Amino acid sequence: MDKAPVSFRINGKTWSGSVHPLKRLLDTIREDVGLTGTKEGCGEGECGACTVLLDGSPVMSCLVPTCQAEGKEVTTIEGLVRDGELHPMQDCFIQEGGAQCGICTPGMIMAAVAYANDPDSAEDMREALAGNLCRCTGYTRIYEAVRCAMEKMGDSGRSGKKDEGSRKKKAGAT
Amino acid sequence: MPQVSSPPTFQWIGRNPPRKESIDKVTGRALYIDDLKFEGVLYGKTIRSAVPRGILKNISFLPGVPWGEFTIVTAKDIPGKNIVSLIELDQPFLVEREIKHAAEPIALIAHPDKGLVEKAMNFVKIDVDELPAILTIDESLSGKNIQWGTDNIFKTFHIRRGDPDSIWSKADVVVEGEYWTGAQEQLYIEPQGVVAVASREKGVTVWGSMQCPFYVQKGLKPLFDLPEDKVRVIYTVTGGGFGGKEEYPTLPAAHAALLSWKAGGQPVKIIYDRIEDMWATTKRHPCRTRIKSAFSRDGKLAALKIDATMDGGAYATLSAVVLSRGTLHSFGPYKCEHAVIDTRAVFTNSPPYGAFRGFGAPQTIFAIEQHMDRAARTLGIEPDELRLKNILRKGDAMPTGQIMKEDPGVDGVLKKALDESNYLEKRRAYREHNHADSRVKKGVGFALFFHGAGFTGSGEVFLDSKAGVELTAEGGVRILSANTEIGQGSFTTHSQIVAEELGISYEMVEVATPDTAVVPNSGPTVASRTCMVVGEILRKAAADLREVLVKSGHLPGGRHTPEEFRRAALRYRETQGELKVFSKYQPPSGIHWDDKTYTGEAYGAYAWACYVSDVEIDMTTCQVEVLDFVAVQEVGRVIHPVIAKGQIEGGVAQAIGWALYENVVLHQGVMQNIQLTNYILPTTADTPPIRVFFHEHPYPNGPYGAKGLGELPMDGPAPAIAAAVAFAIDRNIASIPILPETIFEATNG
Ligand code: FES
Ligand code: FES
Repeated sequence: MDKAPVSFRINGKTWSGSVHPLKRLLDTIREDVGLTGTKEGCGEGECGACTVLLDGSPVMSCLVPTCQAEGKEVTTIEGLVRDGELHPMQDCFIQEGGAQCGICTPGMIMAAVAYANDPDSAEDMREALAGNLCRCTGYTRIYEAVRCAMEKMGDSGRSGKKDEGSRKKKAGAT
Repeated sequence: MPQVSSPPTFQWIGRNPPRKESIDKVTGRALYIDDLKFEGVLYGKTIRSAVPRGILKNISFLPGVPWGEFTIVTAKDIPGKNIVSLIELDQPFLVEREIKHAAEPIALIAHPDKGLVEKAMNFVKIDVDELPAILTIDESLSGKNIQWGTDNIFKTFHIRRGDPDSIWSKADVVVEGEYWTGAQEQLYIEPQGVVAVASREKGVTVWGSMQCPFYVQKGLKPLFDLPEDKVRVIYTVTGGGFGGKEEYPTLPAAHAALLSWKAGGQPVKIIYDRIEDMWATTKRHPCRTRIKSAFSRDGKLAALKIDATMDGGAYATLSAVVLSRGTLHSFGPYKCEHAVIDTRAVFTNSPPYGAFRGFGAPQTIFAIEQHMDRAARTLGIEPDELRLKNILRKGDAMPTGQIMKEDPGVDGVLKKALDESNYLEKRRAYREHNHADSRVKKGVGFALFFHGAGFTGSGEVFLDSKAGVELTAEGGVRILSANTEIGQGSFTTHSQIVAEELGISYEMVEVATPDTAVVPNSGPTVASRTCMVVGEILRKAAADLREVLVKSGHLPGGRHTPEEFRRAALRYRETQGELKVFSKYQPPSGIHWDDKTYTGEAYGAYAWACYVSDVEIDMTTCQVEVLDFVAVQEVGRVIHPVIAKGQIEGGVAQAIGWALYENVVLHQGVMQNIQLTNYILPTTADTPPIRVFFHEHPYPNGPYGAKGLGELPMDGPAPAIAAAVAFAIDRNIASIPILPETIFEATNG
């Protein structure tokens, strides 16, 4: 099959180009759009390093054919900075040490932002991030970062409480 | 945010400034090797053996791809020596005649079209006359099929103290056990990757994801028969290493450089995909440990005989050093006057096993800690009481003869861990629970251990590391060191140390990219040495730099503000030009090690720890879940509490994986489950809350008292979890990973 025209919005700007419709969205973003913040860790939908938002929902871009993005809004890690200001999630990942080697970080932050924007999308942040592997942190610093960001984003009430209880229920049962 | 009590006199030590590279990492601006663009790049692929052993007969390039457009390299294209220079000179970069393991590199191909080069791999036919392979430790030791030296043994170590044979017959209780720990894949999330540009005229330049640029340089010089200044190796932001990018990157770097050389200097990129990375690269050494011990009825350890064998794979690589560390951690933090330790690393036709966080110690620590629990069960003594009766205290000697010069405070570490985890109360409650409930079993267990920081014995002296600092054009300083940032925070902790020493702000310190053409060889980024050993060299270099500014009259002696330093630095540069100050490793006094007898001070410093794990086992699914994890460690000085905690938490999660999920399935000596769908890493759902506590006990030879801590968390979790599981099901646990099958067999066998 040959290349075909495709057009979507990415980080607020329209992008149009010609790619094979089945080319992985990950490759289109990295090679054609030229944004290399989105990473590849496995290429088979298991690690989450390639997570981007498609119309606000997290997807693993290594599993999404480019044609599926047609007409949609794609947000990558590069799209989180607004007017030179870091997104609270980015700020908190720095402050709480949520990024070590950093290779999982762009995908992790995108999944975390999706959850923070819509805490009802998952049972708790553990579940929200269960598709994103990190080999460095053991996830604890990442939880701290997400908690910190959700507080900054002003949604501490509902989701914050939910996340505090989620694991302790079990752990404290002595 | 975690807090650690540090004397308020410190400006930067014990504080949490933002990591040097964190803005780039959270914004996606950090450029990893696959993010770098090279004009006219060719994509390289490695053609590997499908069989574990055989004689290479022929390589044919079948019709169906335009081979004329490809760059193709085989062993005969190698301009220099076809040998990876590490410890032994036994491993080729490309097979010449005999294939020694499945996935061994045989030929290289490159093409500008990534898709086409992948397709072309299926059009290369390798003809091999297969030979019988050695696939297990026992086959290797049987002597029937000798493939390495005279006995298939890469290395042995022996430690002797007293005479255990004089004890067995008169001992109250003799406890014996055999323990097994399986291989483990490092599984850095960024796979191996390099780009090389190489030609006879310009020499070789390599960029890549790696821990040790100077190892790569050392490997490439003889390959191209080039002098040092013609081989340049540049670190790029590295997405995790854990030892997996210690020695291995030399291979892909060499392969990319060979392709580029043949292609007349066009850049060649080799990025492994996950499957190739898991199939072909190094893993943790599988290890079998047999322990025989004698105890008095009241629990005093009277004699110890340890026999450990590691599977080294098909080439010697780093096995001797991994085995050394395994040997020196095999006896645990216990006093024993009659101890014999014999260890060996053996050849098998598997891809070479290699460096992995902990470097041999986690394997033998697992064995000794499980053995102590087994002994406690046999003796009817609580595990914590048995430890207290036997731990090393001031004046006691290890089997190596190393005397504990001061009390390391192990009792305190143990007590803190048991208290924080509510261990004693849980033991009691879980015992009752398990008695009444057969559907869900609960357990709590701990491991007590130490980890020697830095290279073993005389290793640091041989390394003779050098690092330095220079003044920048802005009046700050730049760190010149070969030590890489692989996620462990070294750029940040080094900057804190230098800022503290110079009395300047953290922001005034920058770190030069580890590039063999720019930085001195400060030794490899391994063995928990980066903060402790290199940090101290940098501290001294910074002190000397300050001295130069004072002596030359640019800076007043005594106190100064950061701004005064900046002005002094700028004035110095205006009047005298550049200023670079280097310092070298100084062995601490009173450290003696004898490599021949394996006696003396194996490590200048040990960090001590006690980890407690709380588990629950669903007896229907036989699945173990870790509910709570407490890690208490004595670490010298915490330079950056957030980074230090992150190191411990991350290492604990990795070790939980080794203990419970990460099962490397071998067939024909090579890993079969080479995808993340079938090799299971701990996710957020499998990782418990990890509660980390530090106990500071400053080490006089480390920077501001710091010593290594990054490997401790790999040592403790597996034995702590196994102990908890053993308690829950009231059976000994002798091997990891503890899969549902393990539980099923233990309880139904
Ligand atoms: S690269 Fe897409 S999930 Fe791993
Ligand atoms: S920070 Fe390294 S994998 Fe997550």
